[in-house]
Amino acid sequence: MAEKGQKAGLFDLRLIIAVLFGIYGVVLTVVGLAFTSDEDLAKADGLNINLWSGIGMFVLAAVFAAWTFTKPLVVPEEVPEAEPGGVH
Amino acid sequence: MPVLAQADLRLDANPLDYVLLVIYFAVVLGIGVMARRSVSTSLDFLLSGRSLPAWVTGLAFISANLGAIELLGMAANGAQYGLPTVHYYWIGAIPAMVFLGLVMMPFYYGSKVRSVPEFLRRRFGTGAHLVNALSFALAQVLIAGVNLYALALLLNLLLGWPIPLSIVIAALVVLTYTTLGGLSAAIYNEVLQFFVIVAALLPLTIVGLHKVGGWNGLVDKLTAKGAGEELGAWPATELTGISNPVLSVIGIVFGLGFVLSFGYWTTNFAEVQRALSAKSMSAARRTPIIGAFPKALIPFIIIIPGMIAAVVIPQVQALNEGGDANGITYNETLPLLIRELLPNGMLGIAITGLLASFMAGVAANVSSFNTVFTYDLWQDYVRKDRPDEYYLRVGRLATLGGTIIAIGTAFIASGYGNIMDYIQALFSFFNAPLFATFILGMFWKRMSAAAGWIGLVAGTLGAVVIFVMADPKLLGVLDLPGQGASFVGASVAFVLDIVVSVVVTMFTKPVPEKQLGGLVYSLTPKADRTHSTTGDDAGWYRSPALLGGGVLVLTTALYIIFG
Repeated sequence: MAEKGQKAGLFDLRLIIAVLFGIYGVVLTVVGLAFTSDEDLAKADGLNINLWSGIGMFVLAAVFAAWTFTKPLVVPEEVPEAEPGGVH
Repeated sequence: MPVLAQADLRLDANPLDYVLLVIYFAVVLGIGVMARRSVSTSLDFLLSGRSLPAWVTGLAFISANLGAIELLGMAANGAQYGLPTVHYYWIGAIPAMVFLGLVMMPFYYGSKVRSVPEFLRRRFGTGAHLVNALSFALAQVLIAGVNLYALALLLNLLLGWPIPLSIVIAALVVLTYTTLGGLSAAIYNEVLQFFVIVAALLPLTIVGLHKVGGWNGLVDKLTAKGAGEELGAWPATELTGISNPVLSVIGIVFGLGFVLSFGYWTTNFAEVQRALSAKSMSAARRTPIIGAFPKALIPFIIIIPGMIAAVVIPQVQALNEGGDANGITYNETLPLLIRELLPNGMLGIAITGLLASFMAGVAANVSSFNTVFTYDLWQDYVRKDRPDEYYLRVGRLATLGGTIIAIGTAFIASGYGNIMDYIQALFSFFNAPLFATFILGMFWKRMSAAAGWIGLVAGTLGAVVIFVMADPKLLGVLDLPGQGASFVGASVAFVLDIVVSVVVTMFTKPVPEKQLGGLVYSLTPKADRTHSTTGDDAGWYRSPALLGGGVLVLTTALYIIFG
């Protein structure tokens, strides 16, 4: 994660995953509920796959959001020395 | 690609699908922009400043390997060979990943090297270093080219985009986020890509299984076709091309499970780099082991769709029976199944997943190429002792140069029917002897510098000779039609490397022991090989040995169930 002080909070990968799958989950759930034709259903062998996938993605998003907020990133006070070029 | 195949494969993508795709691209580029703010040194850019948590590097570890070629190739193998394809995931990955984490990582991470070639330079000096740095850089650019070619074909077939346009767009996206954010951006995107790929393939597998009447329905239908061998993992004679079942099993266990797999997973810098970017020794050791859990499970959503395609897609059925499939090849199995089963919406996610997996592959190639180029070639041999900003700039330029060369090499891949054969050939040239040299070098302090590079060269030549002898387009004197040639080639390379290294060592001076601390087992104090168990590394569930044992048990159980 980013090492530069306060910026770390803005750039938490878990939050990005939550946002992307939150959007995907909502879009697919709405499409599955309101815009699914018989043809779409027949294609997926009778399963409303958009709806179920949408719900699944929304759950994934919720898990990552919960993880992000229950265990926020702690920026280490002392940045460990990485010794760039130390082998020369 | 024949015209008919193109018309056959066009996906019916609508604006909704494109919106889902565009959202993904926006997030990917956003990560590049955000990651840029944390890049201030070359180490930040090329090794993420060694600051990432283990779950991130662990998922990136397998995602870097989950390129489009892997996906399409393994689904193709699933359709062609059935369940034996799991060997590539189970015996062909898990033991090596656990070995890397438990046995080799203490030397890689503990010695603070910045790349795999750099380890060779410190252990064996310039000869082995140059051989490895050059061959690795070459292989990465070639493989990036293969990935680009696969993507271009895919976009052309699925969406009708012209091949040059799709190459440029995709290359630009990868280039943008890797030059901006460096390895952090590549790794963050790999983790995202992992989830998108699962989100695309899991629903596809569920719909497919529903269609064929569940797992039992699939088994019944394949058995009715007379494809009983495709339902058990062993002895996989079709997969290896070795008709004797006993030799076939030996080929898989030694050739794939030991030589090819250990060579690839433990010495390929595109993989090891993910672990080197972890924030502590414990996290670095856990990286490949955490990656091993999804690696053990993911064949279910890659290979099973291939097997489903073999019973529900007429063209794939025709291929199985050796008939005419209108120019379709096994590599189109996954796109065909997606077109058949997924409605708009999920179709967009599936297209996004395929593109994401392509980008995972290319980004891994490019982000490991630029590190080796910058630290191992430019800094060691061309311009030493410049300020760090200079090497940061070289790293960014190497990213650009590598991508441009990759575009040029995309066409090398086009001469081969099954893309996997080509990839395997490359791996066996460069990777199989490497593992032999590493394992000798880490555990045998007497091994000399000359033995390091002579062994590598001998092993690589051995693999090339087998490849030339087995390829029907070249000499064709060895009869190994399936993947057998690469298994044998890798085994020969491994044995030759060991024999030549031992013999050369007998006649040359050993490396002074003072220089080998942290690099060789017997000369590294135990304290330097162990990881901390406090703070973020505390807790029994963070023990590398326990996690490693767990995934080996899981894999054994899977083999017992699906053997």
